[in-house]
Amino acid sequence: MEPLHPETDLLNLKNVSKSFKKSGGEEHLVLEGVSLTIKEGEIVALLGRSGSGKSTLLRIISGLTRPGSGEVLYSGKPVTGPVKGLAMVFQTFALFPWFTVLENVELGLDALGVHKEERKRRALAAIDLIGLDGFESAYPKELSGGMRQRVGFARALVVEPTLLLMDEAFSALDVLTAETLRTDLIELWLERRIPTKGILLVSHNIEEAVLLADRIVILGTNPGRILAEIKIPLQHPRDREAPAFRQLVDQVYELMTKRPRSAAGKVEAVPLSYRLPSAPINQLAGFMEALAAEPYNGRADLPELADQMGFDVEELFPLLEALEILSFARTEGGDVELTPSGKSYVDSDILQRKVIFAEDVIRHVALAAHIRHVIDERPGNRAPEDRFLRELEDFFSEEEAERVLQVAIEWGRYAEHFAYEEGSGILSLENPASYTSAL
Amino acid sequence: MAMVEKNNKKNFPYFWDVVAFALVMGLITVLAWGSHQMAVPYIPGEQIPLSLDPVHLPLYALRTVLRMVAALILSFAFTFVYATVAAKSRRAESILVPLLDILQSVPILGFLSITVTGFIALFPGNLLGVEMAAIFAIFTSQAWNMAFSFYQSLKTVPKELKEASALFGLSPWQKFWKLEAPFATPNLIWNTMMSVSGGWFFVVASEAITVGKTAVTLPGIGSYVAQAIQSKNLEAIGFALLTMLIVILIYDQLLFRPLVAWAEKFKFELTESQDAAESWVLTLFQRAHVLRNFVKAIGNNWSKLIERLPKLPRPAQNFKEISPLVIKIQGYTWYGILICGMSAGAWTLMSFVMSGVDHTEIVHVFMLGLITLARVMVLLLLASLVWVPLGVIIGLNPRLATKVQPLAQFLAAFPANLFFPVAVFFLVRYRLSPEIWTAPLMILGTQWYILFNVIAGAAAIPTDLREAAKNLGLSGWRLWKHLLLPGIIPSLITGLITASGGTWNASIVAEVVSWGSTTITATGLGSYIAQWTEKGDYPHIVLGIAVMSLYVVFFNRFFWRRLYNMSQTRFRLD
Repeated sequence: MEPLHPETDLLNLKNVSKSFKKSGGEEHLVLEGVSLTIKEGEIVALLGRSGSGKSTLLRIISGLTRPGSGEVLYSGKPVTGPVKGLAMVFQTFALFPWFTVLENVELGLDALGVHKEERKRRALAAIDLIGLDGFESAYPKELSGGMRQRVGFARALVVEPTLLLMDEAFSALDVLTAETLRTDLIELWLERRIPTKGILLVSHNIEEAVLLADRIVILGTNPGRILAEIKIPLQHPRDREAPAFRQLVDQVYELMTKRPRSAAGKVEAVPLSYRLPSAPINQLAGFMEALAAEPYNGRADLPELADQMGFDVEELFPLLEALEILSFARTEGGDVELTPSGKSYVDSDILQRKVIFAEDVIRHVALAAHIRHVIDERPGNRAPEDRFLRELEDFFSEEEAERVLQVAIEWGRYAEHFAYEEGSGILSLENPASYTSAL
Repeated sequence: MAMVEKNNKKNFPYFWDVVAFALVMGLITVLAWGSHQMAVPYIPGEQIPLSLDPVHLPLYALRTVLRMVAALILSFAFTFVYATVAAKSRRAESILVPLLDILQSVPILGFLSITVTGFIALFPGNLLGVEMAAIFAIFTSQAWNMAFSFYQSLKTVPKELKEASALFGLSPWQKFWKLEAPFATPNLIWNTMMSVSGGWFFVVASEAITVGKTAVTLPGIGSYVAQAIQSKNLEAIGFALLTMLIVILIYDQLLFRPLVAWAEKFKFELTESQDAAESWVLTLFQRAHVLRNFVKAIGNNWSKLIERLPKLPRPAQNFKEISPLVIKIQGYTWYGILICGMSAGAWTLMSFVMSGVDHTEIVHVFMLGLITLARVMVLLLLASLVWVPLGVIIGLNPRLATKVQPLAQFLAAFPANLFFPVAVFFLVRYRLSPEIWTAPLMILGTQWYILFNVIAGAAAIPTDLREAAKNLGLSGWRLWKHLLLPGIIPSLITGLITASGGTWNASIVAEVVSWGSTTITATGLGSYIAQWTEKGDYPHIVLGIAVMSLYVVFFNRFFWRRLYNMSQTRFRLD
C-alpha cells in the first residue's frame, strides 16, 4: 500500500456554483460559491438538509454533472467528465439485477478493459475483502439490504479508487446493518487494506457523520452554500456515548438548526417565495404530543429526541421548520420548545385543533392566505392549481413549485380553508369551513 | 454453482439433453427447407397450385410460420434502431415518437394493399417479392408496438444505474448491452409475444389477396382457407382450423411461455416475485446440462475472441462544449426540413387522392367511417357486458384464473378470420342481415384482450380490500359497484384500447366476407377499403386508409388516452 501524504490535495473545489434552467428559461440557483478541499487520508462528511444541493455537489465532483461556474480539480487536473479513480456507492445500491454478484463487481473492471482472468481474480479478492464470500453466484434480489450494499462497496473498491464517494450509502439500511457496515468500512480504512486515499460521504445523519468523519462540512439551503466546517479530532473507534462525542453532535445540531430569521419577537408570515417544508399534519401533531408529554414537558434536546423517536435529520428538520413557521415551537441552541400556541394545540380535541391550525396557517403562511384570497375573489369560488404553480415557478424549479404547493394544499385542506380535487386540480370552497377568515 | 451442477446429475441430464437436442435439430431442419421454398421463380398472375388435401397442411403451416419468423426478425432490427435513435436524440425523438403513434393507427391490411405491387416489382420473376409484401404486412403489425415498448423502457432506465455506468466508464456500446437492453427485455418480450399473437390474424389475411389484376396466393394456411371458401369445402376449413390450433399451441408452449419465463430474470425488482412465470420448455433446457455447457462454451470462446481484439483506448468522456448559436442553427434547420417534409407529404396525399376522387366522395368516406366507428363502439360495449362479469368472477378465483388466463391468451392469438367462413355459411343459409351479423366477426378475435385483462385486474384486487368490504357487509350489487368494478377499471381500459385497435383492423376483412361465389357486404369503411383494394384503385384505397387512420388517431387522442389517464389517476390500486 502506498503511504499517504496528508499534505497532498486530492480534490479541490473553487467557488463552484450550479443552477438549473426552469421552464421559463430562468435560472434556479442550487449551489453557490462552494469551495472545498479534500486532502489525502481524510474522511470528509457533507451534511445538509434536503434541498441543500449536496447530491448535486457530489455529482459535480464525480464528473457526472458540469459545474455552472467555478473549478473542480482532481489530483490537480480539471474534471471534465467521469473521472477514473473515483468510485461511488449509492443510496439505492444501483446494482444490476440481471447480473450476479461477481458480474456486478466485475463491471467497472470490464469497462477499464481488464483481461478476463485478471478481472475475475480481482473481483473475487474484493468480494472476499468485503465479506461476501459464498455469494458470488447469487443475484442481488436474493440478498438482504446489507448484503446488497456490500456488493455496492465491493464494486466500488475493486477499481481501486483513490477517492471513494458515498451518497447516503447507509441510509437505506436498518440501524444494526448500517452500523456493522460502517464499522467494517472504517476497519478496512484504518488498517489500510484498501488503496483508497480519501473518502467523501454525503449524509443527513448527524451521528453517522460524527462517527466516521475527520471533518464535517455543513451545507445550508436555498441556495446550497457552506455554512460551517467542524473538525472531529476523536480517535477511532469512537464511542457514541462519550461526552466529547455527544458535545460534537449537539454542536452540529445547533449549527444546522440555526436560522437567519430571528426566532424571537414578532413572528411574521413566511413569504410566497418560502420553501415550505414537507411536513405531514399527522407527524406534526404526533411530534408536538411527544414533546408535550413526559419526560420532555415541552422542551427537549434535539439529538436525544431524534434518537428516541428514531428520526433522522431528513425527517426531523422539516417538522421543526414547519412548527417554527406556524409558531407552534421554537428551536434554539440544539433544543426545541413548544410555544403557548403549540401547547394549546396539543391540549385541544380534534375539531378545536383544526381551528387553531386554521388561524395559524393563514397568519403565518402567505401562500395559504393567498390561495384562500384568490378563491374568495374568483367568480364561482374556484381556481385551478396551475395558476398558483405558475406564480411559484417564479421562485422555484417546476418540481419544487409542485412540492411547495402540495404542502400548502395539504395544510389548507386540513384547516378547511379550501377543498381540492386531485383529478382536475381545482381548488374551491366546495366544502367550505364555517371559519370566518381573519384577513 | 456447484450445487446446481449436483442437482442436475440427479435429474438424468442425458435424457433431457436428448430431448432438447432433438427439438433444436428438428427446428433447424424444418426452417432450412421452408426458407428454400420462399425464393422459387414466380411470374405475377400465375396461380400457385394449392391442394385442399389435408396431407399438405403441415407444409403450408410451416410456410405461414416462416413468414411470421421473418417478420419478427425484421421487427427486432427495426425496434433496436428506431427506438434507440428516438431515445438518444432529442431532435429525432420529437418526430419519431409521434410518427410511431400515427403508424400504429394505420390499418395493417392497408399497408398490404398499398405495398404489394411495389414489392412484386422489386423482385421480378421471383416469388420473393410477394413473400416480402406479406412479411411486410406482418412486420407492420408487430414493429410499431415493439419499438414503442423499447423506447419507453430506454427512457425509464433508473437514474442511479445510468450514473453507475457513467462512473465506471462503460462505453455506449457496453452500456447498451449491459444496462439498457437487459432493462428493456421483460417489457419487450411481453409486447413481442402479444404482437406475434396479433400477427397470426394478419399472416392469414395476407396470404390470399387481390389488388386489381394482381391476384396473389402464397402457399400457407390463409390461402388454403381462401381456396376452401371458393370451393365451398367446409371439411377442409375444419382441417385448417385444427392445423392452426396445433401451430399456435406449439408457438405458445415452445416460444411464448419459455421467453416470458426467461425474461423474469431481467425484471427490475429487488424482491423475488411470488408468482413468477414458468415454462416446462425453459426448465427442460436449463436441466439439459450438456446442451447448456455447449452454449456456455460458445459464449466463452466468443468472449475469448473479444478479449484478443485490440483494446480501444478508453474514450475521454467530456462535457460537450457546443456554442448556443450552432445549436440554434441546427434546430432551425431540423424543424425547417420537418415542416417542408410535412407539407410535401400532405400535398402529395391530397393531390394523389384528388386525382381519382371528388369532394363528395371524401364526405361519403367520412360517413362510412362513422358507421364503422359505431359498430366498433357497440361491439366493445357488448363484449364488455359479457366479459367483465365473467372475467371478474374468474379473476377472484385464483385456481380458476390460472387455468383460464392462458386459454384467453391462446384464444387472442388464434386468427379469428379462419372462423369467418363458418359464420358466413350460416349467414347465407339463414339469410341474416349482413349489416348487423357481420359485425360480431370484427370482435371475434379481439374480445379476448378484454377478458384476460379483466381477469388480471380482478386477480390483482388486494385481499385486504376484499376482506374490508366483507367486513363492512358489502355484498351483491354493492360489492360490485364499490369495489370490484372500480378495481378493474384500469385493466379494463387497457384491454379495451388493445381490442379497439384490433377491431378497426379486423373491419377490413370482416365487413366483406364470401362463401363460394356469394359475397356478403356490410356498409362501412372497412368494406370500402376492401372493395377498392380488389379493384386496385389506389386513390380510393389511400383515401379510405387515411380516413380510417384519422378516426383511430383522433379516437386514441381524445377518448382512449383521456380515459386511460383518468383510470390511472383515480382508480389505480397501489
